[in-house]
Amino acid sequence: MTAERSPASASASASAPAPVLEVAGLARSFGAVRAVNGVSFQVRQGEVVSVIGPNGSGKTTTLNLLGGLLTPDSGEIRLHGRRIERLPAERRAELGIARTFQNGRVFASLPVADNVYVGQYAKLKRTRPFPRLRHLPVLRWLPLLAELLLALVQPPTVRREQSEAAARTETQLARFGTRLLPRADHRAHTLSYANRRRTEIARALALEPTLLLLDEPTAGMNQTETAEVLDQLLDLKAEGQTIVLVEHKIDLVMTVSDRVIVMDEGQAIAAGTPAEVRDDERVVEAYLGRRRAQREEASR
Amino acid sequence: MIDTLLAGIIHGNTYALVAIGLSLIFGVSNVVNFAQGSVFAAGTMSGWWLIAEQHWPLWAAIAGVCAFTAVLGLAVNLLAVQPLAKVPPIAALLATYAVSVVLDNLSQVVFGPDTRRFPQALDTLNFHVGGFRFGTLDVVMFAVSVGCILLLGGFLKFTKYGQAIRATAQDSDAALQMGVPVGRVRNLSFMLASALGGLAGVLVGMYNSNISPSSGTAAGLTAFTAATLGGLGSLPGAVLGGLALGIVEAFGISYWGAGVDNLIIFGVLLLVLWLRPGGLLGKVPLISAEPLTGTFLGGGRPIRLRWWQALALIGVAAGVVPWVADDYQLTTGTQVLIFAILALSLTLVSGSAAQISLGQAGPMAVGAYTSALLVGEHGWPFLAGLFAAGLAAAVVGTVLMSPTWRLSGHYVSIATLGIGAVTVAAILNLDWLTHGPLGITAIPPPSLFGHQIITPTETYLLDLTVLLVALGLVVRLQKSFLGTVWSAVGADETALGASGLRPADYKALAYAVGAFVAGLAGSLLAHQYSYLDPTMFSPELSMLALTIIVLGGMNSPFGAVLGAVVLVGAPEVLRMAQDARLLTYGVLLLLLIRFRPQGLWARRA
Ligand SMILES: Nc1ncnc2c1ncn2[C@@H]1O[C@H](COP(=O)(O)OP(=O)(O)O)[C@@H](O)[C@H]1O
Ligand SMILES: [Mg+2]
Repeated sequence: MTAERSPASASASASAPAPVLEVAGLARSFGAVRAVNGVSFQVRQGEVVSVIGPNGSGKTTTLNLLGGLLTPDSGEIRLHGRRIERLPAERRAELGIARTFQNGRVFASLPVADNVYVGQYAKLKRTRPFPRLRHLPVLRWLPLLAELLLALVQPPTVRREQSEAAARTETQLARFGTRLLPRADHRAHTLSYANRRRTEIARALALEPTLLLLDEPTAGMNQTETAEVLDQLLDLKAEGQTIVLVEHKIDLVMTVSDRVIVMDEGQAIAAGTPAEVRDDERVVEAYLGRRRAQREEASR
Repeated sequence: MIDTLLAGIIHGNTYALVAIGLSLIFGVSNVVNFAQGSVFAAGTMSGWWLIAEQHWPLWAAIAGVCAFTAVLGLAVNLLAVQPLAKVPPIAALLATYAVSVVLDNLSQVVFGPDTRRFPQALDTLNFHVGGFRFGTLDVVMFAVSVGCILLLGGFLKFTKYGQAIRATAQDSDAALQMGVPVGRVRNLSFMLASALGGLAGVLVGMYNSNISPSSGTAAGLTAFTAATLGGLGSLPGAVLGGLALGIVEAFGISYWGAGVDNLIIFGVLLLVLWLRPGGLLGKVPLISAEPLTGTFLGGGRPIRLRWWQALALIGVAAGVVPWVADDYQLTTGTQVLIFAILALSLTLVSGSAAQISLGQAGPMAVGAYTSALLVGEHGWPFLAGLFAAGLAAAVVGTVLMSPTWRLSGHYVSIATLGIGAVTVAAILNLDWLTHGPLGITAIPPPSLFGHQIITPTETYLLDLTVLLVALGLVVRLQKSFLGTVWSAVGADETALGASGLRPADYKALAYAVGAFVAGLAGSLLAHQYSYLDPTMFSPELSMLALTIIVLGGMNSPFGAVLGAVVLVGAPEVLRMAQDARLLTYGVLLLLLIRFRPQGLWARRA
C-alpha cells in the first residue's frame, strides 16, 4: 500500500484534495423539457461550489439528482469515487449527502428540536442496530424489530445515546445564536419563514454530512437575514464543510464560493472562480446580461 | 368462451361508466371520491322507484335518474369536497367516505334494507345469433354505455367546457391563472361523474334484477379497482380498466365459481398497486407534492393526562364500573373496550405516521380467526391464542402491504381498503380453514390458568386489562424516539428520506404495530361472541374505527378510548337501530372533519 504511493501523487493530493463529488454527463428530462442536459463538474474536499443561472435553468433539478429525489436519465454521479446515481435518497444521505429544499421542508408538526434530532437519527448506532441488514429485502425487518424492541425497553445504552443526541441537537441549534434555541420546543409550523429555513439547515447539518447541498437558502430573506446566512456559510467553510450552493443573490455567491458553475437551459455554460465567471461573456449574455441589456434598452 | 367474453364486456362497460366518474373527479379535484359507489346505488334505487312505483317509461326514468344523481353529485362537491379544498387532500378523502356512509344508510332508511326485484323493462333472451343467446337488454346496455363514453369523449375534446375540464385536470393552478373557472369546472365534473354513476346504477339494476340499497359499497370498490387498473386520473384508462376487469372477472367466475368475484377484484387492485401503481395508462406523480395529512388532522396537540388523572380513570373503570353496572351495561362496556382497542390500533399508523387505514377490519379478522382456530380447534391456551392473533394479523398485514409503502397518500389508503376487502374475500373462499360463509361457531370463552372467563364482569375485566396493555404499548412507543420518527414520516416523507431514513420502513413498522393491536381486538371479539363469520368484518367496521379516532383525536391514545365510549357506548345505551347508527357516524365524521379536525381530545395546534 504505502510503497505504491509515490511522492508525486502525494504532493498532487496535497495541492488538490481528492474530489468528494464527481458528476459526468448528467441528464434528466421531463417530457419534452430537458431540465438538465449533460452537466459535468467536480467538487473537492472543503470547496464551496455555487450553481447559478436564470430561473428554470435546471439548478434545482441538478440538486435533486445529486440528492436522489430524482434519478438521472443518463450520466454518472460519484461520491468519494463510488457510483451513487441509482441509489435512493436515504442511501445517499447515509453516505453523507445532506440537503435543504428550495421551498423549504421541515417537519411542520414537530418541535424544532425534534426536527434536528431526526436529522441525526440515521447516525445513531445503539438505537438502530444491524445497519447493514437495512438494505436487504425481508431481512430489513430484523433491525426494524430490534429498533421497536429498544424503543419499548429503552436500555441504558440507548438512553445514553439519546441524551448525547439531544446534546448534539443543542449544538446545532446554537449555531444560529438566539434564533432557534429559545424556540426549541415550538412546533416548526409556528416559526417565521426565516426560522423554518434555519431549522432545515440545522437538520441537514445534524447528519454531519460530507457534502451539503443548499437550494436557495436565503430565498425570501431580507438583507440582515441574508447577511447572517452569509456569516454562517463562511463559518461552515472555515470548518472545512464541502458545499454545493444554489443561490440567486450574486454578492453572496461571489463572497462565499471557491468556484461558480453557471447553468442555462440545462447546461453548464461556464465554470470558474467568481472573478472568472463574472467576466465571462457567455455568462453576462445568459444571466447577468439580460438585466443589463434591459436596462440599457430602457435608458435609450 | 364467447359467452363469458360477452358477459365480461357488458359488466366491464358498467364498471367503466362508474370508473370514468372516479377518474374525472380525481383529475380535476385531486380527490378519490368514495361517494361514487353510493351515487351508483342511489341511481339503482331511484331508477327502481321511478319504474316500479311511478311507472315511468324506461327512457324517462333514465333521464330522471341522471338528473337526480347529477344534483346529488353537485351536493357532494359543495358540501363535502369544496369546503376542504384548501386543506390537505386526506380531509376530502375522509369527507367523501363519510358522505358515502350517509348516502347508503339514508337510502336504507328511505327504501328499507331488503332486496327487491327490478322490473324487467327489456327482454333478456330474445335474440339468437350463432350459437348463443342474448337480449335487448344486453344490446341496450352496451349501446348506452359505449354511447355515453363516446359522448363524454367528444364533449371533453370539442367543447369549451370540456377543454376547461382537461386543462384543470392537467394543472389546476395554471388553468386558474389562464382564466378557467376552476370552481365551476369542478362542479360540472362532479355532476357529469355522478350522472354516469347513476346511469350505470339503472343499467346494472336491470341486469342483475335483484337490487338493494346497500349495493353501493361493492360497486364503488369495483369501480375503484377499474379506475386504478386503468390509471387514476386517466379517462381512457378508466374505460380500459373497466373492460379488462369485467373480462378477468367473468373468466375467473367461469373457472372457479361465483364466490371468487371479490377475491379477483381486490386481488387485481392489490396487484396493480404492487406492480404498477400508475395503472395501465396513468402515472404516479414524480415528486410527492404535499404530505397527505400535514398539520391538519394530526395537527392537534393531544391533551396529556396527568398520572393521577390516568390512575383515577383506571380506578373507576376497574374498581367502580364492575360493581355498579348491570350485566347488560357490562356487556356494552366490553364492546366499548374491544372497539377502543381497534381504534387504538390506528393511533400510531394513521395518527402519528399519517397513513390513513381504511381497512383495519382486515387485520382484526385475521386475529379473530387465528385465535378462534388455534384455541377452539387446536386447543391452544387462550393467552397464546391472543398473542398469536396479534402476531398473525401483523404478519399478514405486513406482507400484503409491503409492496405499497413506496407509495404515499391516496394510494396507501386505497391499498388498506383493498386489504380489508381481500381479507374478507379470502376468508369466504378458504372453506377448508374458515368454513367460508358459515363461519366458526362454538368458540370457547377465554380461559386463564384453568379458569373459564364467562360472566360479564370477568369478561369486562379481561378486556380492560388487554386495553390497558395496548394503551401502555402505544403510549410508550409514541413517546419514544420511534414516535418522533413516525411523526416525521407523517409530516414529510421526502424530508425524512433526505435525512437518511427509509420512509417505507417506518410506515410499514407503524402499520405492523397497528395490525398487531387490531389482531388482539379480533381475538377478544371472537371469544366473547363465540361465533365468527366474514360479514362481521365489513367496511363499516373499518369506518367505525376511523371515525372513533377522528372523534377522539388522531394522535391521542386516550382519545381512541373516549371516541369508543361515545360512538359505541352511547348508541347502545340509546338502543339506536343499526342504520340510524351508521347514519349518525357518517354525519358526525363529516361535521368533525369540517369543524373540529383535531378531534375532541386535543387542542388546536
Ligand atoms: N418535477 C418536474 N416535473 C416537470 N417539470 C419539471 C420538474 N422539475 C423541474 N421541471 C422543469 O425543469 C426545468 C428546470 O427546472 P428547475 O431545475 O427547477 O430550475 P431552477 O431551479 O434552475 O429554477 C423547468 O423548465 C421546470 O419547469
Ligand atoms: Mg430552483
